[in-house]
Amino acid sequence: MSDVTAIGQRQDATLGAADMVGGAPADYVALLKPRVMSLVIFTALAGLVAAPVHVHPVIGFAALLAISVGAGASGALNMWYDRDIDAIMTRTRARPIPSGRIGAREALGFGLTLSTFAVFTLGVVTNWLAAGLLAFTIFFYAVVYTMWLKRWTPQNIVIGGAAGAFPPMIGWAAATGSISLESVALFSIIFFWTPPHFWALALFKSGDYGRAGVPMMPNVKGAARTRLEIFLYSLLLVPVCLSPWFIGFEGRAYGVVALVSSLVMLALAFRVWRDTEGRDKDKAAKQLFAYSILHLFLLFAVIVAEHGILRPLGLA
Amino acid sequence: MNAIDQRPANENGVILSPAQLKARRQRNIAIGLAVALLCALFYAVTIAKLGSAVLKGGG
Repeated sequence: MSDVTAIGQRQDATLGAADMVGGAPADYVALLKPRVMSLVIFTALAGLVAAPVHVHPVIGFAALLAISVGAGASGALNMWYDRDIDAIMTRTRARPIPSGRIGAREALGFGLTLSTFAVFTLGVVTNWLAAGLLAFTIFFYAVVYTMWLKRWTPQNIVIGGAAGAFPPMIGWAAATGSISLESVALFSIIFFWTPPHFWALALFKSGDYGRAGVPMMPNVKGAARTRLEIFLYSLLLVPVCLSPWFIGFEGRAYGVVALVSSLVMLALAFRVWRDTEGRDKDKAAKQLFAYSILHLFLLFAVIVAEHGILRPLGLA
Repeated sequence: MNAIDQRPANENGVILSPAQLKARRQRNIAIGLAVALLCALFYAVTIAKLGSAVLKGGG
């Protein structure tokens, strides 16, 4: 029996076959969105090591594990709710629920159980501010973004991007027990990075989102407006990426890398805005999408290297 | 043949295919490993929080 019918219609009254037999461990790992988790681990690590307090490696490892499992759990809840549209989009139709490898209720239970464990563990291991932020992040991604914003407004990923921006702030809070200007700067980098990153993807996957009825910017406001907004957000991203350097939180190495990488991203965003015809238009969007991932990785890699390696050795 | 194989077949219940049985076995192993790792993690965190004094018997 399939749990998927049409958009917004779900057959949840009875258990499906997949609910009763369950999937293989790899299917449950896929529910956690491992690629998103890897970014969460990395950015949370940056928040943890950049904090001006020493964290015991075992406590740091446990905190990172809890944050990543919490992020994975919110991914499982997202896949549970979005199973109807996931079955329509080519990008997502092989996911465990639409492909029938895991039942919807199984995924819901899995997501809720892991969320509870992750929040409780982070609270016990570090502090309840960090645990509260993790709980809010899961709620924000699963309820505010997935259930409300995603199907309602083309600004879905602008506001929903906050969910992806919280991990470094949670890492910082896990280490210090507080929220400060430095952690807000790390949050802002991911928050303002999200729109150009996802809209670049939406430009060359707009057919997919359109068929699924998801109001992404290109489907609602058109490709031209999306290209302009990508450029404007990329422009705004330059000072935001430099802000850790401006406030004296990061050193010169970070400033140079952030400036060069932000300008490369801005140049690619300019090409997306300019190349509106022919084969180049999709190529530019794909290049921006790929580079945006590298851009974020570079910034947080420098933060991890500077605070985790260079400063302890007295080299920065 | 073990005790599980000697049980009468429940023809009215869910009959798992060999692939589903394999998946269930893998799931059981994964859950077991996860619980064991969680126990080890909580033990290590407890020791880390208490500090080196606990190892010296100083509380």
